[in-house]
Amino acid sequence: MTELGETQMRVIGLSKSFARSRSPLDWASGRPAARLMAVRDVSFDVAKGETLGIVGESGCGKSTLARCLVRLLDIEQGEIIFEGENALAHRGDARRSYNRSVQMVFQDPNGSLNPRMTVGECIGEALAVHAVVARAEIPKRVRALLDLVKLPSDAANRCPHEFSGGQRQRIAIARALAVEPACLIADEPLSALDVSVQAQIVNLFLELQTRLGLTLIFITHDLRLVHHLAHRIAVMYLGRIVEIGPARQLFATPRHPYTQGLIASAPQLVPRRLSEREAVSGEAPSPLAPPPGCAFHTRCRRAADICREARPALDERNGKWSVACHFAESQA
Amino acid sequence: MSLAPILSVKDLDVVFATPRGPLQAIDGVTLDVRPGEILGLVGESGSGKSVTLRAILRLLRGNAKIGGQIVFRGEHLILATERRMQQLRGASIGMIFQEPMTALNPVLTIGMQIEETLAAHGLREAKARRSRAIELLHQVGIPSPQDRLGGYPHEFSGGMRQRAMIAIALAASPSLLLADEPTTALDVTIQDQILKLLKRLTTELGMAMILVTHDLGVVAETCDRVSVMYAGRVAETAPVDVLFAAPRHAYTHALLRSAPGGGAPRAMLTPIAGQPPQLQAPAQGCAFAPRCEYSEARCLEGRPPMFALGPDQASACHARDRLPPWRAS
Amino acid sequence: MSGAKASRLSATAIPAPLLIGAVFVTLMFACAAAPGLLAPYDPVAFDYSALLKPPSFAHPFGADNFGRDILSRTIYATRIDCQIAFFSTLAPLVIGSLVGLAAGYFGGWLDILLGRVIDLVLTFPFLVIVIAIVAVLGPGLVNMYVAVSIVGWVFYARLMRGEVLVQKQLDYVGAARVLGFGSARILFRHILPNAARPLLVYWVTDMALKILLGSSLGYLGLGAQPPEAEWGVLIADGKNFFTQAWWMTFFPGAAIVVAGLGFSLVGDGLADALDVKR
Repeated sequence: MTELGETQMRVIGLSKSFARSRSPLDWASGRPAARLMAVRDVSFDVAKGETLGIVGESGCGKSTLARCLVRLLDIEQGEIIFEGENALAHRGDARRSYNRSVQMVFQDPNGSLNPRMTVGECIGEALAVHAVVARAEIPKRVRALLDLVKLPSDAANRCPHEFSGGQRQRIAIARALAVEPACLIADEPLSALDVSVQAQIVNLFLELQTRLGLTLIFITHDLRLVHHLAHRIAVMYLGRIVEIGPARQLFATPRHPYTQGLIASAPQLVPRRLSEREAVSGEAPSPLAPPPGCAFHTRCRRAADICREARPALDERNGKWSVACHFAESQA
Repeated sequence: MSLAPILSVKDLDVVFATPRGPLQAIDGVTLDVRPGEILGLVGESGSGKSVTLRAILRLLRGNAKIGGQIVFRGEHLILATERRMQQLRGASIGMIFQEPMTALNPVLTIGMQIEETLAAHGLREAKARRSRAIELLHQVGIPSPQDRLGGYPHEFSGGMRQRAMIAIALAASPSLLLADEPTTALDVTIQDQILKLLKRLTTELGMAMILVTHDLGVVAETCDRVSVMYAGRVAETAPVDVLFAAPRHAYTHALLRSAPGGGAPRAMLTPIAGQPPQLQAPAQGCAFAPRCEYSEARCLEGRPPMFALGPDQASACHARDRLPPWRAS
Repeated sequence: MSGAKASRLSATAIPAPLLIGAVFVTLMFACAAAPGLLAPYDPVAFDYSALLKPPSFAHPFGADNFGRDILSRTIYATRIDCQIAFFSTLAPLVIGSLVGLAAGYFGGWLDILLGRVIDLVLTFPFLVIVIAIVAVLGPGLVNMYVAVSIVGWVFYARLMRGEVLVQKQLDYVGAARVLGFGSARILFRHILPNAARPLLVYWVTDMALKILLGSSLGYLGLGAQPPEAEWGVLIADGKNFFTQAWWMTFFPGAAIVVAGLGFSLVGDGLADALDVKR
């Protein structure tokens, strides 16, 4: 395995909430609008060339987190330090420069490409706006990028609807790579693709990482996939990271009850008798009304009084493997 | 040991008449389900798995033409009148869908929707209906069922809605349940709950079930037997342990092999080349041959017949005896 | 695979309504472009030998109280009505699109303001407002264009704003923002081409409505002024002779119907062909 570089991105205490519209009752009583805390106090580091997998179920905030990292959403609280600089302070050209460094691949290959632009125009625009190469060199670079994602060069003259889902995703990746990013954030890039095509795109990511030394932040709900692809995995629940650690070990011996439940629920390609007992009971509470203390205590088998009263912090005792649980087993 | 099948489908064809010409969604599908058994129907988009379910209950759009034979408890469904189909739907054959929010009526309470089914299939007394509705909600694991009866679908969470839909489907005690990707839209922890619920119900009620999904993992954990579909045809059928131990169709083999997990971490996967086929132009030979690394000349010339390989096992693949183990380790 | 950009016309055969509409509109444009070639007589020439003559071979649409040939006057009037169709819709289209784009994309006070203006305009019947403004500015075609533009842009703005809100959510806009593209580029290069279709369809249908409006105002004496031939004016001319010479009102009226129908059918057909949800 290649040596991972030094820390490239540090996220510190990132929080993001959305305001709900105020009901007339709120107006009357002077209460402020309810806020949906999508991301709460999230902190982590990513090393250069590393693949960080972020997993969680719906409502955990992983997609919102991704959009915050590329600055599609404004962040109320927290910092993003990218390559030593405070990314949130950037304006104008510096902000453009950040956009070049951190790019995103979206979930829906249909919606993420402009249906009225050809592939060549699409990729070429990114090249032109950032002046990655001289104007005259653009067609050549477009061909090189298409080659990189294993698409034929005549694809440049065609429109997105002429391609299949997997191919469109490749186009989206080529566009993101056009500006030569150091870090790529992929928000569920495979979920909308057929199973038989997913492996092709996984390989593409692996290859690009090796060739270009890309850092990859991979957001997904597919545990088998993230187990295979990631160096480290962060598990999110109701806006917080509940466990973050090395992929192999985290899967082998998960320390947080939610992680344990998540891994136990994931279907495996092994015919086995399902145990009668549900891996995790109940349903996730609404992000609008998170439970006090540890957000997971309503569904946790080991919940005790302390879990209702005090929120466990993400303890960093064990270096690169942290868990936010009052009863986390310490690493052997 | 094996019971007679409760549902037997033979050489089922479904052709849609579209402005661009006829579209053969299903081409000669044969399968059967026994009482108390869960048959998995697995395939990707365009494989025809959902169309198969809808064809059984005749829920296809007007431009569909169905051919072949569907026999349910000795009755030929294709020949049945629409009135007879209405009697069967719900009472003998139930169905649950992928998106509970669209399958449930948003302006009726859950209680009303369950009672509607009960009334349609003969339960006259209101009191009897209500107590049966409460019993059903309890059976599907919805807490405080008496209170939830008056709730509307949008007041339920995703998993609860799916449970409610199962309750409605089971209301008239069908002997066969058709499940069209019931957990695809759910979170993995909720999926786990719903699959366990379905498995428990089929055992408790002695019900047969056809579970349609694209997730092989779901199949491995839930089903007794599996039929793998590709481009509107059945590729292979086998008991679940047999299939996962040694698949006998090149497509199943390629699908299992391309899944992540098992091999070295961050190793390149073995993808399946190409794309799923367009159904507008049905293939001359085996539909998978263009993407298959074990294909021979005869695979492209004519459609491989279904070769019987053992009790409950069959494969339509010329390479069925040549396939190496699919697991890396 | 074709190399050209997709034009999205999915129908292989042109449906009958669209064809009929296209024929009507083409007929209109022909009359507007070359009235001199098509009209048998000079529209303003008096002919005392043909006063109030009914339709005949010499005068297919009959003659009016000055002996002027109705057919020729109707054909010449087509030009004015075509002008009305374009000039009373062009400014609203452009202004409305720009405002709608900005309000939809940026939101904020502009969007709130636009919302209030839309509410205000919608409380009044359109015709009434236009008449009121023309009454202030004075009768005449140009004033009519101004009056219609002052109020008409609101409908385009509302439509565009709705489309922009839809497009804004889509990931290709998100991708453009992540790629660091400026707002102007995103609005005009990305959102506008994708939001334009419903507006174009509405524009064509609006032309039909504006012809009707123009004729109504012409009839009331507030639009085109005599001796300009405009269908509404022609109908007004004929209303006093309705019992003696029905053809004076009938044929210009029929022309309005044909023109309005033509544009409507083309608009509908365009919407279906372009898969636009209306």
